[in-house]
Parts: sequence; structure tokens; C-alpha cells
Amino acid sequence: MAKPKVAFYWCASCGGCEEAVVDLAEDILKVVEAVDIVFWPVAMDFKKKDVEAMKDGEIAVSFINGAVRTEEQEEMVKLLRRKSGLVIAFGSCAHLGGIPGLANFWNRDTIFERVYKEVPSIANPKGVLPKTKTKVGDMELTLPEFWDTVRTLDQVIDVDYYIPGCAPPPDIIMNAVSAILEGKLPEKGSVLAPDKSLCDTCPRSEKKPEKISMKEIKRPYEIIPDSEKCFLEEGIICLGPATRSGCGEKCINANMPCRGCFGPTKEVIDHGAKGLSAIASILGIEDEEKLSEEDVQKLVDKIVDPAGLFYMYSLPSSLLRRKKI
Amino acid sequence: MKDDKLTIVSFLCNWCSYEGADKAGNARLNYPANVRVVRVMCSGRVDPEFVIQAFKEGASGVLILGCHPGDCHYKKGNYKTLRRIYLLKRTLEGFGIEPERVRLDWVAAGEGERFAKVANEMVKTIEKLGPLELSEV
Ligand code: SF4
Ligand code: FES
Repeated sequence: MAKPKVAFYWCASCGGCEEAVVDLAEDILKVVEAVDIVFWPVAMDFKKKDVEAMKDGEIAVSFINGAVRTEEQEEMVKLLRRKSGLVIAFGSCAHLGGIPGLANFWNRDTIFERVYKEVPSIANPKGVLPKTKTKVGDMELTLPEFWDTVRTLDQVIDVDYYIPGCAPPPDIIMNAVSAILEGKLPEKGSVLAPDKSLCDTCPRSEKKPEKISMKEIKRPYEIIPDSEKCFLEEGIICLGPATRSGCGEKCINANMPCRGCFGPTKEVIDHGAKGLSAIASILGIEDEEKLSEEDVQKLVDKIVDPAGLFYMYSLPSSLLRRKKI
Repeated sequence: MKDDKLTIVSFLCNWCSYEGADKAGNARLNYPANVRVVRVMCSGRVDPEFVIQAFKEGASGVLILGCHPGDCHYKKGNYKTLRRIYLLKRTLEGFGIEPERVRLDWVAAGEGERFAKVANEMVKTIEKLGPLELSEV
């Protein structure tokens, strides 16, 4: 029997998801043995025309990482959708928008101004900005359009499953691949990771007092956190209560709080709203009756850039999707 | 919810502010009709998600009314609301949404007049700000 055909593609991402595939180490050999990789721009020399030449649905599975922010990315993911039986959004950026999605606090014009004119590392005396069409002699050079808004993969094409994480850890990837190969997939649209919150599996939750009170907000650089205590107890915002587990608690074990790359659990619509709600409920709870409105404001104002913090990985997938322009 | 008038969604606590609104109605105190009322069991039930959802679906302002501090039927729901809504406002600023579009206040069951006053003030604030026009995405 012919092996199932598999494609990998990347959009607005950092390349970490591609490395996550390589990080499967010897497990990747099992994958390569079981499937036929027909498209993987970062690692193999196939071209767009090779994909175009395939029959619709010929690729069994396409793993697509990265958010969608350019015309080219949109065109490629639509092509892959047509040619694929299953499309998997691979990693935080395809799933939620991820770090590139934070660009939704700006738009194309403000980003171009900053990147091509203002940053100290640029020398652009003529103030040239990228354009989709440029005349050079009698030739015309073209670039894909750069959209104002970064979108998640499922805002552009139909997505069958999601593999979360920045980047997805090897066990989550292997479980997903096995489920696909064995045809043991859950309901369409599922996130292929446990539907539990990170606090449920966090090694620090055992010693966590039943009622946590955050007396004040501290930023991770201000203290060296106790490696056994729940971050919240020490005043450091951790998005564990609002975030899906399955990451292997890598950040927590490196003594860094969760920033939400796995996204929310199933029933949550807006990851950031859930996170801010969880933090606000325990901030200053100990003396809550005694706090005046000003006291509350002072406590809360210690949170720098709350929109950027609570929506660090999920801005494009949030209810509002972007800042008003 | 799309009509010419500016819509204000108000979440009223069942035990106090909802009664207060009722009093305002019975006493025929005038309060504007584009304040849409959603009854909740406690102001603490108002999840920030509800507020964002209201904006997303066309509201230009959201008013949350609960029992006065110390009077919450569930004892401490409204303290939590105070912190949550303030943090939500700060977060919404990052989205370009003016914090004045969200107002949290306290109205007791007997305070029909106070309800009408707060509701009218909110309408004025929102009229001044104009409709909330979220970017098409
Ligand atoms: S809040 Fe963070 S540190 Fe505390 S139990 Fe949850 S995941 Fe662990
Ligand atoms: S019951 Fe009214 S605010 Fe809690």
C-alpha cells in the first residue's frame, strides 16, 4: 500500500515549529518510515508547482505552522487545504496567532513606519517602504501584500485539528501523529492535548495553599522565585489557571511562569479574558473588604501592559482579534 | 443589536440593582430605553468575557451594577467584581476601547432614583463617546 503523503508548511512563525519536528530525534525515523513527505520547503526541494500538480485531496495530512499575515501565506494555505485530506494547525501561531499575532496591536502602516524608518538599526534616508509593485527598468518586481491584521489558520481555511504549543513538545506531536496514522482521531476541531488546566498538572500545585492571595504584583526580574512555591503566591502572574496543560511544564521547571502558549481549555472562548479574570479574583483578596477603590487601582496598575500580557499568545484568536484602528 | 441608537448593555445583580431598576420603572422614573438589561445573580457573575462579547455584538457601552460593598448576597462577589472590571478596563485600553465605555457602580434595591441617575449618566457618557466602531477583520 502506498504510504500516506504528508506536507509541512510555515507561515508567520519563527522556525521553532520546524525545529520541533527535527527535535523528534529518532522518532522522526518512525514518521519518515510511515509516511511520504511530499512538501517541506524548509528541508526539502519541492516547489509550489509540485503541490499544484497534485490531485485535490491527494495529500493525506498537511501540518501548517505560523499565523497568516501575507497574501502569499493565504494563497499557500488555501492551496494546501484543497490538496489535503486533513489540515493540522501546528503550534501556537497557527492555532491562536502566537507571538506574531501581537502585531494586531498595530497595523501595516505603523509597523512599516517603525521597522523601515524609526528603529535605530535602519539607514533608509529616502524613507523607502515595501510596495507590492516596483518598476525596475522595464521590469516589474512584486511582493505579496502585507495585511493589517494577523489571522489564525482557522480564520483563513477550514482546520481539522490543532497541535498546540510554542513549540509543540515531542510527546504531543508523536501522540498526534500516532492518532492520525492509526485513525484514532477525536472529534473534528479538537486540540490534540489534554483538556485540563496547567495548574492541574503543575508540580507546584501540590504545595499550593487552598486559598491563594496575591498581595501585590511582581515581575519575574524583580525577585528570584522560590522554585517550589506557586508563582501566584509570590505575586508573579502565571497564566496556568487559564491555560491548557500538556506542555510538560517546561517553563515552570525553568522557574518561569506560564505565558499561555497552549491556549485555553475547551470551554473558554477568550483566553486573555479568562486569565485576567483569574488574576483579578485573587489579587488583594486577603484584605478585600478594606481596600478602597483607589487601593484596588494601585494594586492593579502594577500590571504593566495587561493587554499584551494576557493575550501574549492569543490575540488574533480572541473575541476582539485586534486593536481598533 | 444593530440599530441607530447607541446600545448599552447593563448587567444587573438580581438582589439589589435589578430591584432598583424595577423601582425606577414603577415610579415611572425616566430612564432611557436603549439600556438593555441582563439580570445576573451577582455582579461577581459578570465574566470579563461577557463584557467583551457585548462590545463585539454591537454594544457601545456596558454598565455593571451590583450591591453596595458589604451588602453582596454572596458576601464578597462585588469586591471581586471591582478588581476584575478595573483590570478589564485597563486591558481594553490596550485594544483602543475607552475605559469609560465600561462602568461599574452600586445600586441598592431601594434606590430607584439612583438607578435612573447612573443609567442616564452612562447614556450621556456613551453619547459623547459615540458608537464603538470595532475594526472589521
Ligand atoms: S499558577 Fe502557575 S505555578 Fe501556580 S500551580 Fe498554576 S501553573 Fe503552577
Ligand atoms: S449579590 Fe449583588 S453584587 Fe453580589
